[in-house]
Amino acid sequence: MNIHEHQAKAVLKTFGAPVAEGVAIFSADEAAAAADKLPGPLWVVKSQIHAGGRGKGKFKELPADAKGGVRLAFSKEDVVKNAQEMLGNTLVTHQTGPEGKQVNRLYIEDGADIATELYCSLLVNRETGQVAFVVSTEGGMDIEQVAEDTPEKIQTIDINPETGVTADDAAKICDALELTGTAREDMMSLAGILYRAFTEKDMSLLEINPLIVMENGRVRVLDAKVSFDGNALFRHPDIMELRDTTEEDAKEIEASKYDLAYVALDGNIGCMVNGAGLAMATMDIIKLYGAEPANFLDVGGGATKEKVTAAFKIITADPNVKGILVNIFGGIMRCDVIAEGVVAAVKDVGLQVPLVVRLEGTNVEKGKSIINESGLNVIAADDLDDAAQKIVAAVKEAE
Amino acid sequence: MSIIVDKNTKVIVQGLTGKTGTFHTEQALQYYGTQMVAGVHPKKGGESWTSGLDASAELPIYASVAEAKDRTGADASVIYVPPAGAGAAIIEAIEAEIPFIVCITEGIPVMDMVKVKAKLDKSNSMLLGPNCPGILTPEECKIGIMPGSIFKKGSVGVVSRSGTLTYEAVYQTSQVGLGQTTAVGIGGDPVKGTEFIDVLEKFLADDETKSIIMIGEIGGSAEEDAAQFLADEAKKGRSKPTVGFIAGRTAPPGRTMGHAGAIVSGGKGGAEDKIAAMEAAGIRVSPSPARLGTTLEDLLKG
Repeated sequence: MNIHEHQAKAVLKTFGAPVAEGVAIFSADEAAAAADKLPGPLWVVKSQIHAGGRGKGKFKELPADAKGGVRLAFSKEDVVKNAQEMLGNTLVTHQTGPEGKQVNRLYIEDGADIATELYCSLLVNRETGQVAFVVSTEGGMDIEQVAEDTPEKIQTIDINPETGVTADDAAKICDALELTGTAREDMMSLAGILYRAFTEKDMSLLEINPLIVMENGRVRVLDAKVSFDGNALFRHPDIMELRDTTEEDAKEIEASKYDLAYVALDGNIGCMVNGAGLAMATMDIIKLYGAEPANFLDVGGGATKEKVTAAFKIITADPNVKGILVNIFGGIMRCDVIAEGVVAAVKDVGLQVPLVVRLEGTNVEKGKSIINESGLNVIAADDLDDAAQKIVAAVKEAE
Repeated sequence: MSIIVDKNTKVIVQGLTGKTGTFHTEQALQYYGTQMVAGVHPKKGGESWTSGLDASAELPIYASVAEAKDRTGADASVIYVPPAGAGAAIIEAIEAEIPFIVCITEGIPVMDMVKVKAKLDKSNSMLLGPNCPGILTPEECKIGIMPGSIFKKGSVGVVSRSGTLTYEAVYQTSQVGLGQTTAVGIGGDPVKGTEFIDVLEKFLADDETKSIIMIGEIGGSAEEDAAQFLADEAKKGRSKPTVGFIAGRTAPPGRTMGHAGAIVSGGKGGAEDKIAAMEAAGIRVSPSPARLGTTLEDLLKG
């Protein structure tokens, strides 16, 4: 689960991280009051969307030469003017895709005199199974680009979970960031603060880009991007409250209610599959035969008839879907349960597009006969190759 | 021969009394008499469990893994404990020095697995999973949730990050008549126990295993590491015909595809890199998950 920058900073602040003062606003009417609460003479007006690259992003509705999604304001009037221009408009960044994201809230922040911009993130290093700091002196830039161009400028420091951040670890981080004096002292303690925030709140990513050293030599968290481990949210009700469903796909929210793993995609063939690997492979094979999948959908190992029905409804609610492929390898999941779910869903919501069903595994004969006896217009397939070819052909024919 | 488990493996169940644990223990007992010897439940020690499929199949329940191991001589434990308690259940099994631990549970917080991994690295236990379908040696031993009916005793070693794709590989190798020595599902989580390399090493060392199917997916670099391992071993003269498959060529970056570990992030973990690494190591990569069996058949014909 992702949260907004201003929320991420508030979380980090509770652990003692140095962040600027700021106020989140949801309408331009609140802009003047927000600016009043901050000392000035410099304010930063920041679009709050769940995507990076906001500064370089462009608003769809504004002229091409208009400023981006993060703006400096040198007076209170300037804050208000920018807020009016930004709120409600659609920001397109390299992470949002061409459709962009509507800016529904802004974060008005106290400005800082930046001396140096650094990069610092925490994540779980899969190779070591430990939380790692990834740091670089090349802050404020796209870190993927830095990794590509100058990988030697990125350093990874693993943290032993049984000791936490040691003085040695913190020193390594400071060395990698080339910090001295007050900034080094600040970072020595900030390293422990960030590690505690990451582990205690079950984060999956904590990215500070940039982490800055100010003209006065102090370190500050200038931007913060935080994602949480969805599997650990059950023990963080405070974090759950930060969820902003307007940032998420409506179909994905609906799917999550039924505990279905669903990801919306751009193609026109809807898929319903059991197992994450098989669901990915099903998408791949649709592409292999010249079409594009409309979604990833794993109904899971223990799906019930109700779950299958819900899955089917979510797929058919997508107007882009011109055909549906159901691919089930019944291990634990019984084919007859899937078949009953599909039949029930079709009877409930109707079937406007071609449907190909491939069943294999436990109770496969029972499943096939349920489909055959339903009288529904279903195309049966023998294996995954056959199924993919049939649905691609059926969709092309219908066009 | 087979790897890791056979007809002599004695298995205890952590989470036996729940619905999932009960169902799969019943299935395991029915599968060529897999030696399920006891259950563990902190509050139900001294009680017993009876299979709903066979009233004569009764298992004792002990209050701790250590006690269950002492009393039964178990050499493996399978865990069906719900996510919130599964990390602690694995640690209990490690501390009881169970040699082989299989965790089926999906959805364990990553931070819990970071703690488990620290303990595991200092122990002699081997952990399979979590978020995996388990392991099965045909006609001998079934630990976990794989459907026994699709297996056939034979010569292919199967190792996979995905449950249902394991079933595809097993089913197809049964269909073409090759059968399996052992199938191992290593699971879809980012922080886990057994990796591809651990299993591949055992398949290379096992005389009965004549060929290998390895199924990976996007995320991480375990497939690249495994390909490098096979290439290095081949230089030393140890190699077996291997077919590979990678799921997730069409997955968008930055999105988690069902499995917590299946995500392309920071430009890393993409399918194309993995496929290239496998091909460079001499692995025959099947373009379609429906052709794993026939691709292997072709490869063996030469």
